[in-house]
Amino acid sequence: MLKLILNRILVAIPTLLLVSVIVFTLQKILPGDPVLTLAGEERDPVVLQYLRDKYHLDDPLPVQYGAWVMQVIQGDLGKSLRTDVPVTTLIAQKLPVTLQLASMAMLFALLIGIPAGIIAAVRKGTYIEMGANMVALSGMSVPGFWLGILLIMLVSVQWQLLPASGYVPPGQDLWLSLKTMVMPAFVLSTAIAAYLMRHTRSSMLEALSADYVRTARAKGVSPRGVVLHHALRNALMPIVTLVTLLFGELLAGAVLTEQVFTIPGFGKLMVDAVFNRDYAVVQGVVLVVAVGFIFMNLLADVLYVLVNPRLRHA
Amino acid sequence: MSAITIRSRNRAWAKFKANRLAMLGAVLVLFFVVVALIAPLIAGADPFKTSFTAIRKAPSAAHWLGTDELGRDLFSRMLFGARASLMAGLVSVLIALAVGVPLGLIAGYFGKWTDAVISRFTEAALAIPFLILAIALAAFLGPSLINAMIAIGVSAAPRFIRITRGQVLAVKNEDYVQSAKALGASDTRIILRHILPNVMPPLIVQATITIATAIIAEASLSFLGLGLQPPNPSWGSMLNTAKNFMSQAPWMSIFPGSAIFLVVLGFNLLGDGLRDALDPRQKT
Amino acid sequence: MKRITSVLFGAVLATCAASAFSQNLRIGLQEDPDVLDPHRARTYVGRIVFTSLCDKLIDISTDLKFVPQLAKSWSFSPDNKVLTFTLRDDVLFHDGSKFDAAAAKANLERAIQLPDSLRKSELSSVQSVEAPNPTTLVLNLKQPDATLLAQLTDRAGMMLSPKTFDAKDVAAVGRAPVCSGPYKFVERVQNDRIVLEKFDQYYNSKDFSFKRVTFLPIPDSTVRLSNLQSGGLDLIERVNPTDAPQVKKDAKLAFLPIAGLGFQQIIFNIDNGPLAKDNPFKDKRVRHAFELSVDRQAINDVVGEGIFEPAQQPFSKASPFYSEKFPVTKRDVVKAKALLKDAGQTNPKVELIFGNNTTEASIAQLIQAMAAEAGFEVSLRPTEFAAMQKEAASGNFQFMLIGWSGRVDPDGNIHQFVTCKGALNDGRYCNPQVDQLLNDARVLTDVDKRRAVYDQAQTILQDELPEMYVYYQPWPFAATKKVQGFKPYPDGMIRLQGVTLAP
Repeated sequence: MLKLILNRILVAIPTLLLVSVIVFTLQKILPGDPVLTLAGEERDPVVLQYLRDKYHLDDPLPVQYGAWVMQVIQGDLGKSLRTDVPVTTLIAQKLPVTLQLASMAMLFALLIGIPAGIIAAVRKGTYIEMGANMVALSGMSVPGFWLGILLIMLVSVQWQLLPASGYVPPGQDLWLSLKTMVMPAFVLSTAIAAYLMRHTRSSMLEALSADYVRTARAKGVSPRGVVLHHALRNALMPIVTLVTLLFGELLAGAVLTEQVFTIPGFGKLMVDAVFNRDYAVVQGVVLVVAVGFIFMNLLADVLYVLVNPRLRHA
Repeated sequence: MSAITIRSRNRAWAKFKANRLAMLGAVLVLFFVVVALIAPLIAGADPFKTSFTAIRKAPSAAHWLGTDELGRDLFSRMLFGARASLMAGLVSVLIALAVGVPLGLIAGYFGKWTDAVISRFTEAALAIPFLILAIALAAFLGPSLINAMIAIGVSAAPRFIRITRGQVLAVKNEDYVQSAKALGASDTRIILRHILPNVMPPLIVQATITIATAIIAEASLSFLGLGLQPPNPSWGSMLNTAKNFMSQAPWMSIFPGSAIFLVVLGFNLLGDGLRDALDPRQKT
Repeated sequence: MKRITSVLFGAVLATCAASAFSQNLRIGLQEDPDVLDPHRARTYVGRIVFTSLCDKLIDISTDLKFVPQLAKSWSFSPDNKVLTFTLRDDVLFHDGSKFDAAAAKANLERAIQLPDSLRKSELSSVQSVEAPNPTTLVLNLKQPDATLLAQLTDRAGMMLSPKTFDAKDVAAVGRAPVCSGPYKFVERVQNDRIVLEKFDQYYNSKDFSFKRVTFLPIPDSTVRLSNLQSGGLDLIERVNPTDAPQVKKDAKLAFLPIAGLGFQQIIFNIDNGPLAKDNPFKDKRVRHAFELSVDRQAINDVVGEGIFEPAQQPFSKASPFYSEKFPVTKRDVVKAKALLKDAGQTNPKVELIFGNNTTEASIAQLIQAMAAEAGFEVSLRPTEFAAMQKEAASGNFQFMLIGWSGRVDPDGNIHQFVTCKGALNDGRYCNPQVDQLLNDARVLTDVDKRRAVYDQAQTILQDELPEMYVYYQPWPFAATKKVQGFKPYPDGMIRLQGVTLAP
């Protein structure tokens, strides 16, 4: 176990380095001069040159990259070119927001997806299964931002039930915070719920046709007992690792949802930074996301082994 | 090919046909493909013709799906938009396949350092959120449909690398591969003749599903202003404009949004059906 | 009995007053402001926040006259090279320190000397600043400067507490700005909110209600409006013109537009880089033909819902420098075609670049369709905002559609765009005569004399047409009916004096 973890961490390092190089190069070849964006409507050439020097934008690329890596190792991710706010502060402010969104979305997805998957598996071959499958696939097929806009029009403007956009920290006002998150979390959960439903269905099907289930049935255990106690427990094992992996997908998928609902989270931070050529922010944020992904994958692998006793001694 | 393979192909087709949802998917996809192909024949109006007197009109006999913010006929724009959106999906996936499959084959077959390098690159690319990668690429290349397709294709390639590589690893040690090696066949021949055909089924499934993802990705990029640019119609860019007129002209967003939904649903159903039909595990 | 009633009445009044003063005004902005340091800031929305946060030496009225703010009065020396201000003596900064001439001097010097100060060119005529006594501020100028007073009504004249100036940490000011305005800084979360709180020791605090003012950047104008409609916001700026009818119909909302100081213009690339060499627009007849093929009123009707007033010159109707001599060119396709034939280019192929947002895209497509009727084959290249500035500066365009938010002083709307070395002259138009006239106008303080010079310059410019103005940028505000007393100003700033929120 320990060996597995250490091994994965070692392998992760070159990957992280590669990520940083990819992001760094991609940013620098983006057209557009960040200094022009910074300098505003009036363009004072003296100021432009000063800004270029200040941010070392005229240095050769490898030098800039090296300087950035040095900074990161010392824990300094730089400052936003646009507002001077340190990138670490931005991340500390925005990550919890996206985590809250992703958690609520995952919760919705679990509440919708797993029962739907169980029902579809148990009622295999019937119209109910087909219906559940259709609903799941519909969830995956709807363009999230379109659904979001439609919901805002209906729920916020027409019915005045929920706020149209924005974010309130749960510490400030829990109820309002939940209200601002309901629609975006729902929109974000639709695709994930579909994945969960389908995976639950297929692993339940596998579990239901297994020997121990037949034994249980022969022993006279009630159908519900079979489903809930025997099949479900074994079916849920791969779901656990899937959830961990999907969490990573959620974080990324939040990008559009945060744009539509103007939620000041990680995704919106990234998109705005790309459009503003705010190099420092994009680099720092993508690095953090990459670390997060790699950690999630590691967690998924560990959980998989933990949950599956047969693999533990492999 | 042996009788066994023909029988399994027929079995797969029979299974597919029996799956009602899969057939529905096939029908949907076929419908939109046909519509896209014959668009100029059935359009009736010029999708680019603006009319200052017919701005944002609701669906009527004159304009079956209404008009947009510059008075253009939505029905014809929807038809031509089908071309753009479907092409976006198809070409992106072709690019992803063209980039991903060879790399996956090489990584899986040759192993060792080649595999290590390609795998690290793949993991690194997968660690960057897909949409961010696509946005950065599209912003770099400039907002246009072609660039959006390249951006989406390149961003989707890592998944194909991973699947291809996984499949190659699975079949690398099978008997027929080993015997071909023993008989002295060249690497290229082995890869192309023996490994690739067996790698295809999951790739086909993934490709179909990725077309769906790519169509949504194009719509998302257009939503952010990076896809096909006006005045050319694509469902994604039509949605981007329509979001400003949700209360005045809801039909401007209902039709493109529904179209995207249906065509993506079709590809998802199709991909699902293909997976069920081609999955060797489920023999019934 | 009477005493109880009066006590009760007093209590009710106090509660009402208290509740009025414990309210939170929520304002929706189109963008997130950049750094909150007036000397280094560059965004329009930043100025909106500064209006409530930082007082400046002078302000403007709704008809663009200068009115006192931190300065009670001012006067020029007879040769116009010395500007003397008499300052208020009852002003405190948010950190409690006193505002005086020495503080003002420190601010102006910072604005001039700080390496990344964006106010340098605005204060370029200032030679030195003196503070002979706490209420007298003297600016010695290198030459007369008619634009200076207007600059001091904006960021260049804003006063920060000098205690926060730290040579080693320039960014400290922007992270927690300490000014002397009616509201003080509480917190700022990038891309989320900026929160200000009432400063009770403001000299005019009784005119300002609200305990808190919160600015929320919401880039999507539809979502911004949805928030207003659903009660999440009280006031929003830059309503999409096509949403205006909806706002007007809504009984709970008020539509409050005002003609602004800025404009939307088309700049032709006459001499900037390789793309200018074969540019059909190098010939002024082609430029005129283009102008004749475009119907500004149609743009106003279709895209602007009536608030995109057609513009022929850079000075808005509200400005004293607006001239009746240059009426809006009416569309004339026949004349356009004749001009093109004259120039030997009956079918010019040209590419228009513009920012990729819905409004500009609609305008560009309209222009494309209209110009086609005269023979122009216009292709469109929407460009992402950050890339567009670079394209413009490096001359990588044939003609472009771009906006300017406008300045109080007319010089700010013309000088940088058409003088040979103008920082925003992306088309690189150069006419030394125009340069001379505009430089002369800068030093004339008499309005009539100045207008005459601008008219002369305009006569040349309207003939050479290096740029074509399309419409005057309006500032369309919308608010819930509960917001009372809000008056929009032509500079687009949100001034909260006298604004209240009904319960």
